[in-house]
Amino acid sequence: MATASPPAEPEKLTKKALTADHPTWCPGCGDFAVLAAFFKVLEKLQIPHEKIVTIAGIGCSSRFPYFVNSHGMHFIHGRALPLATGVSLSRPDVHVFAFGGDGDGFSIGGNHLDHAARKNVNITYVIMDNFVYGLTKKQTSPTSPLGYKSKTDPTGAIDRPINPMKRLVSGGASFVGRTHAAQVKHMMEMFERAIRHNGFSVVEVLSECVVFYPGAFDQGNPRKGGEFNLIEEKQYDNTPEDEERHDVTDEAAAYAIANLPFPGKFGVFYQEERPTKNQLEQKWIDSTREKVGSATAAQLIQQRFDSLK
Amino acid sequence: MSAPATSAPKNEADNNPSSSNPQVDLSNAVIRFAGDSQDGIQTIGGFLAKLAGRSAREVMTYMTIPSTISGGPSIFQVHLGSGEVLSAGDEADFLVTFYQHSYNDHIASLRHGGVCLYDTDHVELPEDRDKDITYVGVPITSTTIEALGGTARDRGKNLFVLGLVCQIFRLKRDKLIEIVERQFGRKGEDVLRNAMLAFDAGFSYQIGDIFSDAYTLREGTSADTHRITTDGNTAIVFGLLAGGVRFGAGYPITPWSTIMEQLRSELPKYGGMFVQAEDELAAVSMAVGFSFSGHIAVTGSSGPGLSLKMEALSYATMAELPLVIINVQRGGPSTGLPTSVEQSDLMQAIYGSHGDCPRIVIAPKNVQDCFYTALEACQLAKKYSVPVIVLTDQALATRIEAFREPVVDEVVIEPELDLETRGEDFKPYPLDGETRHAPPGTPMAGGKYPVVTGLEHDEWGHPSSSPELHQKMTIRRREKIKAFAEEIDLPEIFGDEEGDVLLVGWGSTWGPIREATIRARSQDRSLSSIHIRYVNPLPNGLETLFARFKHVIVVEMNDEGLYGNGQLATLLRARYCDPKIRSLCKTDGLTYRVREILKGVDAIVAES
Repeated sequence: MATASPPAEPEKLTKKALTADHPTWCPGCGDFAVLAAFFKVLEKLQIPHEKIVTIAGIGCSSRFPYFVNSHGMHFIHGRALPLATGVSLSRPDVHVFAFGGDGDGFSIGGNHLDHAARKNVNITYVIMDNFVYGLTKKQTSPTSPLGYKSKTDPTGAIDRPINPMKRLVSGGASFVGRTHAAQVKHMMEMFERAIRHNGFSVVEVLSECVVFYPGAFDQGNPRKGGEFNLIEEKQYDNTPEDEERHDVTDEAAAYAIANLPFPGKFGVFYQEERPTKNQLEQKWIDSTREKVGSATAAQLIQQRFDSLK
Repeated sequence: MSAPATSAPKNEADNNPSSSNPQVDLSNAVIRFAGDSQDGIQTIGGFLAKLAGRSAREVMTYMTIPSTISGGPSIFQVHLGSGEVLSAGDEADFLVTFYQHSYNDHIASLRHGGVCLYDTDHVELPEDRDKDITYVGVPITSTTIEALGGTARDRGKNLFVLGLVCQIFRLKRDKLIEIVERQFGRKGEDVLRNAMLAFDAGFSYQIGDIFSDAYTLREGTSADTHRITTDGNTAIVFGLLAGGVRFGAGYPITPWSTIMEQLRSELPKYGGMFVQAEDELAAVSMAVGFSFSGHIAVTGSSGPGLSLKMEALSYATMAELPLVIINVQRGGPSTGLPTSVEQSDLMQAIYGSHGDCPRIVIAPKNVQDCFYTALEACQLAKKYSVPVIVLTDQALATRIEAFREPVVDEVVIEPELDLETRGEDFKPYPLDGETRHAPPGTPMAGGKYPVVTGLEHDEWGHPSSSPELHQKMTIRRREKIKAFAEEIDLPEIFGDEEGDVLLVGWGSTWGPIREATIRARSQDRSLSSIHIRYVNPLPNGLETLFARFKHVIVVEMNDEGLYGNGQLATLLRARYCDPKIRSLCKTDGLTYRVREILKGVDAIVAES
């Protein structure tokens, strides 16, 4: 069906080729670092340029597709994942990246997060979590901590925030990672592992909103006096220390880490290999096509008309 | 693109044999089965419809389904005719009642001089019954149980009744058995054996002299020999498949669900996929994702679900993405009457989204037209890069009709994904030309990749909030729909080209309006009708038709609203500022009866 005709000599994918509009984010926004890390990982992985697809909903971080020179779509609030699902399922030849913030992902788009996760759709999803609604200028977000003062909670937030890691693991995401926008190397490692993972891979990046929630993530930033504690993953080296290390396939252990008080730990909380929806659907298509003897559309419709006579 | 033209008005043969002389050849028979939803009356109704389709007879069915999960009173009405059948019939000629409640609720639907067949095991006739009706008691339940070997189960009494009907109307037994075998053969030998036992028991049951030679249905006169018999939702499914749809997404809601169920099973055969989404918002978003990916995509729903999709449909208009949306209307507002018919989503379909959001809305008139409308929706969506809503309804969705088989080679499209490299001059939204997208995977010679957006944008798709540009792009989105309006033929007038009354209809009221026109003309009344298939944009020049009549009456199954006009009537009045345009509306959840239309017309004409 595809009639792709890539250039005879594919040019090397560079940051320069990937750069589009200058981001409209505020100076100092954590999202700049996320964009830079994304470029670097793409440079390393050398995915063919025309096969990169960036998709986002609405929010500051959801402006992401405009700043990446690739096929992309800036969609409506909260629906980046179902849109990305449509692209991923119908176009196995492209790499689908979804970007968004905590409001887009955990609030208005919350239902879609669970279903993209349980279906294990092959998408890499980066959530830039800043604990606040920035584009609409400082309202409480689903991840704002208790007591956070915003325009919608002038005396401090009263509703318990979502725990993103628990939410993602319980939803069935097959790769769940957490990182910090001030830790570019770690962020790149998480992105690369998420991209290499076959299935629904999510990375939550604590990405500071310097205008409406400055200092929100200082506790996880050593340069600001905080601690950036990494999850130590099992090496399977038969050492006594390995006993204590985290088994990424252990769901209960992932919850235990997710329950640590803020800023908690960073790294891969959970990862499992299980069939993607893409694979399962394709399997059904293949066996059905075989059953109908690879008939043409005209033949198939004629057969059904005959059965209605 | 449209369905073959229908035949000219004709005189209806007498379909009122008097009770004193039952030796009449029928050109037309309306048979109503009244029972419970688990009695399988839909199944035998379907068999009769299929038989009619094979016997060059016209057929239209009508059913009511309780909106309960299982059980509850249900009817299935089959209108068989040797000539044109345009409605499911105002009144039944022949009523079969399985229970007392069936008798009580439906005896009034039987015409004077009709026949009521009732199950003596369940129904007691009241003393003060209509003397013009012939009552025939048959112990349906006990005879079926006996025929099946004395088990206490009465499953199979539907086939017993089918056998009776076959006997009474002298239907072709061998043809009917072939249809039964095809259906039940799949379910195993035992099931088929029991079905045939029950059928034969009914066929050979000694009813007595009452029916001797009474009801022989005249042979069909339809010129079409290659005909298929199916319901409206199935016709939509095949229209979509023929139109090149290979990807879609939906969420279950009655009466849309049977479309998505069929697409889920059919599409893998074509190498495609239908996704059951987590909600309506996800369904339309996935469909937009399929469309963005370069496919002709479909989503659909019924009233409440269409409301939930409105934000994303506005996006599809802004981003100029092709998308087909099927809306199977039902009674509203809110959950309303999920298994009843209404045409109250017209305004929602046209204007339901935020912002100035032009799109195409087409409404099929009958089951055959469901196929061609879905097919055309695919072509229009692609040609104009715009969402196209197909506005069908519950009555069309569930009723069965026989129609000429579409010529597959002439209508089926094999879709192709266009990933050819786009040149340096690539402009998705040229102010002076057609929309063209570059789906993911398309190499861009200029090195600049497109980001599709819901923000206002320039010709290259780049966001811009320039006042001048927003004006220009709004005009661009509007003008391409107006360009399509130029392509639409003016509807043909059915009946005289000028006169007293012009009836205007859209959607599934086509049949009853046409039949009303025929009946009025047979009574020498000056009444004509037009059918509007394209409800947005409307065809140009309707005012030239309206000018030839004293009264223009828009017949719709929706409310007259605060200002006395139904939804299409409101649009026509807004466009033509013509007070001559009046409304005939109803919202009882039932299809129009011919006499309701004629009575309504009389009242409107009398008061003006």
